[in-house]
Amino acid sequence: MAEGHQQHPLGIYLWIWVLLFVLSAFSYAVDYYQLQGMLRWSLVIIFMLLKAGFIIAIFMHMAWERLALIYAILLPPLCILVLIGLMFLEADYTFFTRLVAFGPAAEIVSPHH
Amino acid sequence: MSHEATHEDVQAGSHAAPEGGLRGVVADWSADKQAFHVPWGKAMMWIFLLSDTFIFSCFVISYMTVRYSTTMPWPNASEVFALSFGGGDPIPLILIAIMTFVLITSSGTMALAVNYGYRRDKKKTVMLMAATAALGATFVGMQAFEWTKLIVDEGIRPWGNPFGAPQFGSSFFMITGFHGAHVTAGVIYLIVVARRVANGYYDRTRGGNYEMVEIAGLYWHFVDLVWVFIFAFFYLW
Repeated sequence: MAEGHQQHPLGIYLWIWVLLFVLSAFSYAVDYYQLQGMLRWSLVIIFMLLKAGFIIAIFMHMAWERLALIYAILLPPLCILVLIGLMFLEADYTFFTRLVAFGPAAEIVSPHH
Repeated sequence: MSHEATHEDVQAGSHAAPEGGLRGVVADWSADKQAFHVPWGKAMMWIFLLSDTFIFSCFVISYMTVRYSTTMPWPNASEVFALSFGGGDPIPLILIAIMTFVLITSSGTMALAVNYGYRRDKKKTVMLMAATAALGATFVGMQAFEWTKLIVDEGIRPWGNPFGAPQFGSSFFMITGFHGAHVTAGVIYLIVVARRVANGYYDRTRGGNYEMVEIAGLYWHFVDLVWVFIFAFFYLW
C-alpha cells in the first residue's frame, strides 16, 4: 500500500454499512419497546460504542493507519473522561444545594421563610 | 549559521548533539521531521476533528451537567419527538430514527466515493459524492422541520418549555444546532470537492490524486459519528 493510500475491497464497506443499519435499528428498538433501567443504558452505550468504533476504524480508515496517528488522535479524548467526572460531581453538588435552598426542606433549613 | 551547520550535518549523516535552549526548540520544531506518514492535509483534518471532538464533548458534558443538576423532571424525548402520520397514533422518535438512517446511508455512499476515488473512477466518485451531499441536505431539511415543529407547535424555547426542565431547550438547540451547522458546512464542502473532481481540477493540480475526497470523507464520517453520540445521549437517554 502506498503511503497514506487507503484502498480496500468494496465488500468491507458494504458489510460495515449493513452493520451500522442493524445497530441503529437495535438502538431505536431499545426506545420503541421502552426498555428501562440498567438494560436500557447498557444497550444504548454498547450500540453507540460499536457504531462509533466501526465508523472510526473502517469508514475513517483508522484501522489501517500507523500507531503514531492512532495514538495522537484517539488518546487525547480520554481527557474528556476527567471532565465528565468533575462535572458529574459538580452537578451532584448543584442538585443538592438546590434541594436545600429551594426544595421542600428549604423552609425548615432557612429561617427567612 | 547554526541552521546551515545542522543542515550539513544531516546531509553528512552525522548525529551531532542537537542545540539546546530556545534555539533548540526552534530547530526541533522546524526540522522538517515527519511524524505522521500520511498526506499533510489528512493529518490536519484529523487534528481539526480532534479539536471538534472537544467542542462537542463540552456541549454534551454541559448538557449532562444541567440535566443532572435540575430539580425539575426532564422532558421525555420519546414523547417530545414522537410524530403521527395521517392522524394515527404517534410513533416515538420516528423522525429521529429516519434522520439517523439518512445520515448512515450518506456515510455509506461517502465511504464508497472515497473507494472509487482511489480507483480513479471519476464518474462514480462524483455521483456518490453528490448522493452524499443530497442525503446531507435531506438531513438538514428534516432537522429544520423538527425545529419548526418543536418551536411553533410544542412551544419549546431555549429558556423554557411546557414539558419540564427549562434546560431541555437550551441543550437541544445548542447541540443539534451546532451539529446541523456541521452537516450544512459538510454539504457545501462535499459539493466543492465533487465539482473539482468532476471538472478535472485534481487531475491538473495533483496529478489525478483524489486524496482530497478521502479528507472530505473524514469530515463527513465525523459528522455521522457525532450524531451517533447525540442520538444515544440526547434522544435515547
